[in-house]
Amino acid sequence: MIEFKLPSLGADMDRGKLLEWKVKPGDVIKRGQVVAVVDTSKAAVEVEIWQDGTLFEQLVPIGETVPVGTVLATLLEPGETPEQAASRKREAPAARPAPRLAPATAVAAAAVVAAPSAAPLAQRRPVSPAARRHASELNVDIDKVAGTGPHGAVTIEDVEKAAGRAAPADRYAEMRKAIAAAMSRSKREIPHYYLSETIPMQLAADWLARENEKRPVTERVLMGALQLKAVALALAKAPELNGFWLDGKFQAATGVHIGVAISIRQGGLIAPAIHDVDKKSLPELMRALSDLVSRARAGSLRSSEMSDPTITVTNLGEQGVEAVFGVIYPPQVALVGFGRIESRPWAENAALLAVPLVTASLSGDHRASDGIRGARFLAGLRERLQHPEEL
Amino acid sequence: MSRLSYREGMRQALREALTGDPRVFLMGEDVGRYGGTYAVTKGLLDEFGPERVRDAPLSELAFVGAGVGAALGGMRPIVEVMTVNFSLLALDQIVNNAALYHHMSGGQFSVPLVIRMATGAGRQVAAQHSHSFENWYASIPGIKVLAPGTVEDARDMLAPALADPDPVVIFEHAQLYNTEADVPEARNTDIRSAAVRREGKTVSLITYGGSLPKTLQAATQLAEEGIAAEVVDLRVLRPLDMATILASVRKCRRAVVIDETWRTGSLAAEIVARIAEEAFYDLDAPPARVCSEEVPIPYAKHLEEAALPQPAKIVAAVKAALGR
Repeated sequence: MIEFKLPSLGADMDRGKLLEWKVKPGDVIKRGQVVAVVDTSKAAVEVEIWQDGTLFEQLVPIGETVPVGTVLATLLEPGETPEQAASRKREAPAARPAPRLAPATAVAAAAVVAAPSAAPLAQRRPVSPAARRHASELNVDIDKVAGTGPHGAVTIEDVEKAAGRAAPADRYAEMRKAIAAAMSRSKREIPHYYLSETIPMQLAADWLARENEKRPVTERVLMGALQLKAVALALAKAPELNGFWLDGKFQAATGVHIGVAISIRQGGLIAPAIHDVDKKSLPELMRALSDLVSRARAGSLRSSEMSDPTITVTNLGEQGVEAVFGVIYPPQVALVGFGRIESRPWAENAALLAVPLVTASLSGDHRASDGIRGARFLAGLRERLQHPEEL
Repeated sequence: MSRLSYREGMRQALREALTGDPRVFLMGEDVGRYGGTYAVTKGLLDEFGPERVRDAPLSELAFVGAGVGAALGGMRPIVEVMTVNFSLLALDQIVNNAALYHHMSGGQFSVPLVIRMATGAGRQVAAQHSHSFENWYASIPGIKVLAPGTVEDARDMLAPALADPDPVVIFEHAQLYNTEADVPEARNTDIRSAAVRREGKTVSLITYGGSLPKTLQAATQLAEEGIAAEVVDLRVLRPLDMATILASVRKCRRAVVIDETWRTGSLAAEIVARIAEEAFYDLDAPPARVCSEEVPIPYAKHLEEAALPQPAKIVAAVKAALGR
């Protein structure tokens, strides 16, 4: 039997609320499939599974908040029968879900029980269609809810009161808290060093303009995608910047999954990953970037995007700053920042020219790498951007 | 911005239509020398002459039929029928001819005819002059039905109606002619969509035409009691802009439809049916209607008022939907 546990979808996540099951018992499930939607403090995230199997039992009801690591569901391994799974379950009661988080759900249960529940209701009571649907979403027993609507009908408001729900959580405040926790941990634990390099962008800009002329407007590539690709390729020679600091030592990542810092319009920030940036062509990368930004803003990210960025890139150039020195998102060990691209004086071959320049910066974790490695990375990044046709 | 009455807005639209297109002419009972029963066409005979502002004999069937013929012949007639009550005499021309020619001719002929008529009660002109039948017209495929409820719409809906290749019937509620408002110079040429006239979140009040001012008044009163009513002005009775209606109902979860026609078979009945079909699971209370009582509209003032939708009835219906 396979246990599907709630994964940590980022260093700042210790619990999640199950919003939706995307599969039901008996469904055959493939590796990589989205099986559930979980609300973290940052977004509603589609959670993927990494094993093949057949869904056997869902152990956590929708609406429940549980700690990371809780078994959400069990799956039958290929060849395993439900009977075998059931007997195994009797032998190993450990497969039950982890203890549930107390506060929110306990209050809900108490409120529901407190409502009048003397005898089963003899006749059908009016329940508004919207209230009935909402009750099933919140797992509220509609028969125990007192109605205050027309003719004593149960309304949505009655259901919400019975569920003991406070006002809907303020996502912005939650996100702020999550950012505060992650950034405080970063500055507390990570000895940052900062480097910067001014990079001429004339060749890249000219090349990109020529390339884009050949493309339909909808398929044009932005400089941000070019920069991401350059970072990914430059990381090949600086593996100690791409990975995680875990359990007191550096663990290099196997792929280059760049977390892209995306500001959310209502406020706050999220940095989900684009996978295997070094292996994607520029058009592929551009599509992935647009898709990621729109989904991040719509709040529909996948768990793998949330949990496994191996380095983060922040681009505040569009906001008009000259340079950005970012705070590393733990457990990552580096963050690359780009400022705005702007025509500035530049000395070259004993001549003073006006050239589009960008300031690229590196925030590095000194536990995992030293300044000299960071310097080589930035030099490599500069070189990559002088050969845009190879990106 | 300029200050206009509903009547002046309508007249301005007619004048612009006559000035802008030589194919346009007006025809109807008393539209010329008398200046229109509701004084909408006053002065237009002097300005445009008897060829283009034509008094018609008291025969709705004949002059609406002449309008259909003129439209088929390439003109852009605007036919005024004094009130919807009298338009029943012309129903054959409207329903069997104007609405059907495009279909019957296999698309060879369009009937670009505009028919204007007053509708509604509230002016103590007794039963034969006070009824509302726009719901009947709104059930007929082949025509479009407009009901301007604001001064701006009175001025702006005529031009797109004339530009439409199919017959368009415009209902002007008789109680609106004297209402005044500041209207922007810019024109709104939309004759497809409903408009949210007041934003709210607790109950969606859906209405049109002469009931719009009453509904807005009720919404103001409800706001004083802490109930945030949204007011949707249908503007177009056929085809109905269901997207706007359903969006409002889904937001507010309660709907009250206000319509001066009789309750049975009313436009409100149609709208409530569609809400039940398409937004049932979003409803937190049964949809309600405020319509006219099912009596001939009385002459006596207090009885007439009692027979029609009024702000107090709307407020009561909203409270019932909220269980208060």
